[in-house]
Amino acid sequence: MNREIAVVAFAQTDHRRTSEELSEVEMLMPVLHDVLGQTGLKTADIGFTCSGSSDYLAGRAFSFTLALDGVGAWPPISESHVEMDGAWALYEAWTKLLTGDADTALVYSYGKSSPGPLRDVLTRQLDPYYVAPLWPDSVALAALQAQALIDAGDTDEPALAAVAARSRADATANSHAQLRGPVPHGEYVVRPLRTGDCPPIGDGAAAVILAAGERARNLCARPAWIRGVDHRIEAHSLGVRDLTDSPSTRLAAEKAGAFERPVDTAELHAPFTSQEVVLRKALKLDDGVRVNPSGGALAANPVMAAGLIRIGEAAARVHRGESDRALAHATSGPCLQQNLVAVLEGDPR
Amino acid sequence: MPEVLKAPLVVEFPFTRSLGPVQSAFLTGLRERLVLGVRTSDGRTLVPPVEYDPVTAEEIRDLVEVAPTGTVTTWAWNHAPRRDQPLDTPFAWALVRLDGADTALLHALDAPGPDAVHTGMRVRVRWAGERTGAITDIACFEPYDDGPDAPDGRGRAEPATHTGEFDDPVTGIVATARLDYTYSPGRAQTAYINALAEHRNVGERCPSCRKVYVPPRGACPTCGLATSEQVEVGPGGTVTTFCIVNIKAKNLDIEVPYVYAHIALDGAGLALHGRIGGIPYDQVRMGLRVEPVWTEGARYPDHYRPTGEPDADYDTYRELL
Repeated sequence: MNREIAVVAFAQTDHRRTSEELSEVEMLMPVLHDVLGQTGLKTADIGFTCSGSSDYLAGRAFSFTLALDGVGAWPPISESHVEMDGAWALYEAWTKLLTGDADTALVYSYGKSSPGPLRDVLTRQLDPYYVAPLWPDSVALAALQAQALIDAGDTDEPALAAVAARSRADATANSHAQLRGPVPHGEYVVRPLRTGDCPPIGDGAAAVILAAGERARNLCARPAWIRGVDHRIEAHSLGVRDLTDSPSTRLAAEKAGAFERPVDTAELHAPFTSQEVVLRKALKLDDGVRVNPSGGALAANPVMAAGLIRIGEAAARVHRGESDRALAHATSGPCLQQNLVAVLEGDPR
Repeated sequence: MPEVLKAPLVVEFPFTRSLGPVQSAFLTGLRERLVLGVRTSDGRTLVPPVEYDPVTAEEIRDLVEVAPTGTVTTWAWNHAPRRDQPLDTPFAWALVRLDGADTALLHALDAPGPDAVHTGMRVRVRWAGERTGAITDIACFEPYDDGPDAPDGRGRAEPATHTGEFDDPVTGIVATARLDYTYSPGRAQTAYINALAEHRNVGERCPSCRKVYVPPRGACPTCGLATSEQVEVGPGGTVTTFCIVNIKAKNLDIEVPYVYAHIALDGAGLALHGRIGGIPYDQVRMGLRVEPVWTEGARYPDHYRPTGEPDADYDTYRELL
């Protein structure tokens, strides 16, 4: 199968500490309308719809079925959901389009972290026998990885602070970001990570439209062609892994074709400063690559949407002619447990 | 806009999980104050042990006993322990490679402060007083002074094999989990619930198909559009369909049998649920006209009762079934 598929539209909400005045569908609907409006498509024109979310975040059972109200799923549509970041929903939609079963796809994801204790909620994704009963929270696990990097001489606290400062400075150009401009690096949350090394906790949603071949060219002046997507996972036990490296990211990048030619832009889903260090190494990014011009997950990290937003941000730069070849990365789980890499290109100008 | 409603929401589960042969041996071993690992075919010892090789996916079953002492491979200082974590005083999270193992185990390390912790330091298991066959049978690790740090040289002797057989092995765990949320139903449902407390049923109309949703959820699921025009419906309505409940629900003070019905309030585009009272259960029928009955101080109707009007014609509610 040799079918060209592109991201033709992307939208995201403003990401905020709380969206308590909105239900999930009320938060999501504007971005769905935004991407449909950008392309002129209606729900009935969409061949496949796929979403990513987790009911654990807001503690609301079957919230993803209520979110479907925002799509307008009548007459019945071809639809799927992953209990994962929307980047994996995009992967499913991309494979669906590759099969030729559909020519267009709507992909969306959302996360409302504000109703619950996110650091504790995320412990529920861990090994239920040996790890989850200890309730090691998301910052603690990232801090173990950060210390391993410091011990290995891969980084130090000032270098991590510089990643944080650069991300929030870049986010000043991103009106959707939650943390922008100078942000104090703060006290230790779990040492060696300080508040500034950690992502903001907040609510948000994002949506993308994919289209194949000529359909993509008709819907978008400069489609962001997906040259490859792949995702790989590490062994689930943290103590088995080398936390200073990410072989799964490297393998996903290789399979996605990322190393065939240099990229000019990389949107990395690194919720913690230390994880950017790991990803730069795994992806062999040199200083010539523009990393996270959006500010990345350190500026806005709506859980379950932040990975899809990396793909959307990379695609939007291709749409705007600011990038010709971009890498987008999404992660899931503790310490970069699972990683997805997509390579996007614009037509020659 | 009035303040949105908020309420505490507790989600609590006692997950009951069965154990495979390796997990069972490991957790039973902890109960008996010994730590078991598993050997891979290339000679590595994994602690905590798993049942399939994380690299080759090969089934692995050869157990060995490793030491209760080991070396910190990385750590993080937790100055503010959270509920349910192993210690309630500041501690270090640590990955510990036990002597005889090739991989590290995550647990808490009890130490006086971050200055007393470093990668490469020697630690030993502190056993819990009461042990049940769970990872928490290790209360935590504690510093262990057996000479200068030697992270790569010590305790590399071949660990002894172990049958994994115990009297009364642990075959499962009950893992309790509780998460505390503050739930908010959002704009549309807040407006609905507030109006209901004033004995008014206020739905929202779709700007496209004109259907009125009660209760409203903020979106028309047919058109995918935001609803915002508020429309008062009812109070009377029509039973569109119903069932007779014959089994008494736990903590529910209603005599069985009783009728639970779909009720299309006058002006609503879909039916809501409610109990029917004030009429023998075997006389409830499709098309029965009903109205809500409120009890003192209630935020929602206790039940619906017949109005005495003639039954509604089937064609008036056939689209609302």
